[in-house]
Amino acid sequence: MRLLTHNMLSSNIKGVSNGFPLRIEVEKVIEKEVDCNPDFLINMFAKIEWKALVDAARTMGYAELPEEAESSMLDSDEFLRKFHHALLELHLEEGALVCPETGRKFPVNKGIPNMLLHEDEV
Amino acid sequence: MWYLCVFFHRLLDYRKPEVESLAELFGIPESLEWRLPEHHHPDSPFHFVYLPNEEAARNIANRSILVKGIYEIWGEGSNYEELEEAIMRYPDDRKLPYLTSESTFKITVDSFGKVISFQEQNERIKGLAYIPFKGRVNLKNPDHRFWLMETDDYGVNNGLPPVVQRRIFFGREVGGADRKLLPTYQLKSRKYLGPTAMDAEIAFLMANQALVSPGKLIYDPFVGTGSILVAAAHFGGMTMGADIDIRVVRDGRGPDCNVWSNFKQYGLPMPIGLLRADNNLPPWRPGLKEVFDAIICDPPYGVRAGGRKSGGRKLLKGAVGPYTVPDDKRTDHIPSTAPYSLAECMHDLLDLAAKMLVMGGRLVCFYPVLREDDTVQIQFPEHQCFKLVASSEQILSSRYSRVLLTMVKINPYTNEIAEAARLMHLEFKENHLKWLEDGNLHSSVFMPADQISIDDSKASKELKPKYRGKYV
Repeated sequence: MRLLTHNMLSSNIKGVSNGFPLRIEVEKVIEKEVDCNPDFLINMFAKIEWKALVDAARTMGYAELPEEAESSMLDSDEFLRKFHHALLELHLEEGALVCPETGRKFPVNKGIPNMLLHEDEV
Repeated sequence: MWYLCVFFHRLLDYRKPEVESLAELFGIPESLEWRLPEHHHPDSPFHFVYLPNEEAARNIANRSILVKGIYEIWGEGSNYEELEEAIMRYPDDRKLPYLTSESTFKITVDSFGKVISFQEQNERIKGLAYIPFKGRVNLKNPDHRFWLMETDDYGVNNGLPPVVQRRIFFGREVGGADRKLLPTYQLKSRKYLGPTAMDAEIAFLMANQALVSPGKLIYDPFVGTGSILVAAAHFGGMTMGADIDIRVVRDGRGPDCNVWSNFKQYGLPMPIGLLRADNNLPPWRPGLKEVFDAIICDPPYGVRAGGRKSGGRKLLKGAVGPYTVPDDKRTDHIPSTAPYSLAECMHDLLDLAAKMLVMGGRLVCFYPVLREDDTVQIQFPEHQCFKLVASSEQILSSRYSRVLLTMVKINPYTNEIAEAARLMHLEFKENHLKWLEDGNLHSSVFMPADQISIDDSKASKELKPKYRGKYV
């Protein structure tokens, strides 16, 4: 699971009002190189919850992202490279996503988060 | 300028929408103008199309799946004398640049609805001696390709109504489809397949309808083995997929036979994200919207595979409702799922697409129709955020077809629209169609023939012309 996916997901358990961001429990992180597409990054920047991305990247062991970011920073190649790395190259291979409100764990195995709810959570 | 657009004689309903979509992809602002050659039936493979310039024509033809070629027509006629006159009349400044002595060329004779023997082909090429070709012939890799195309004047062409009059075209090829894609991506050589894996040709058509291009984010909520996303990734799309069946997306059939390996097999970039999620209760964070450029999918409509959603387990013996999962069993608990009717599935899909697509983004999905219904106007699900731009039928059996719907997001998502869509959905569900409910479509499609003949309203009905068979 890349952090782009993490940034889009929340816990949608019935009754949970604040399911975002999911806390990441890391068992295994891998890095996969991805071709950098600046247009895609610039496009995505507007959709990303920056703080959630910074925290998630830090949990995964990557602390290079600035605490705050604004769109003017997209002109910098260095910033784009870091953003790209955090968003698309860090993978949570094994671990879990934890609902911030209930503590329910959504397991991540072989890089696939299992977001399906149990019968009593629907 | 008018170009002759010649299609492969397949998937007739898909041909013009594909060209129209690609015209939009390549930034041609106006909607396209079409014209049929004289005496041709709308199902003919020959259509004239008005395009602003040759570059546009080439881009469209080269990216398309169903365009055999787009040609600058130098002349046409109903016999060879008329053809010669027309070619002689065609302005020299359009012809001579392609006939110079430094260039190489090739002439191909092609026909529709009849066979022209090799010898006849050579005679027809010799008959073009009035065109001042100065260059050398190069059959393998010519600079300019010329085509002499003939349609027949008798009988029935591949099941089409006869073309009343013979028509002959001569022109210069501007571009043509890269059909080599199809053997490369054909399902029979794909490693990881499921029972409803999307045929490569249709998957590419879907990707074209969705205007996939490099850097766009494409989502398939019923990803399965990823066959649709493979086509999207081929055109440079960044892909994401979800499925409710975790074994399909996570495990596949082993370490080298899963969704990832299907991308690796073709050297395509891996999906950006794959997850297990329920289309009925999507786990996207609130406030996330307008993030996908296109949503492409083949929703489960219960003929080959039925849809599932969360919830709905019957209580175990001795258990007291409401159902709760004991805390010590939670970690490995396998949640049960309930049937997911097509009507509900389409409603959820439209709602998701309305929220998550960028403005102008496209929802491309299949929708089944029963063929007994084709005397009435088929009503497709609607949504205020969307405009239907194309609906292309593919007949699957005498009982049912699937229709590829292409919808463009024209209005932003609001709570009012969502509520209106919910009411419209209830009404649609009510008026329409028992068969949208779980299981009914399956039974309509697979009902034994003798049961049908009992129903005399169906038996007495004239059979529809059947020339649009599975591959046409």
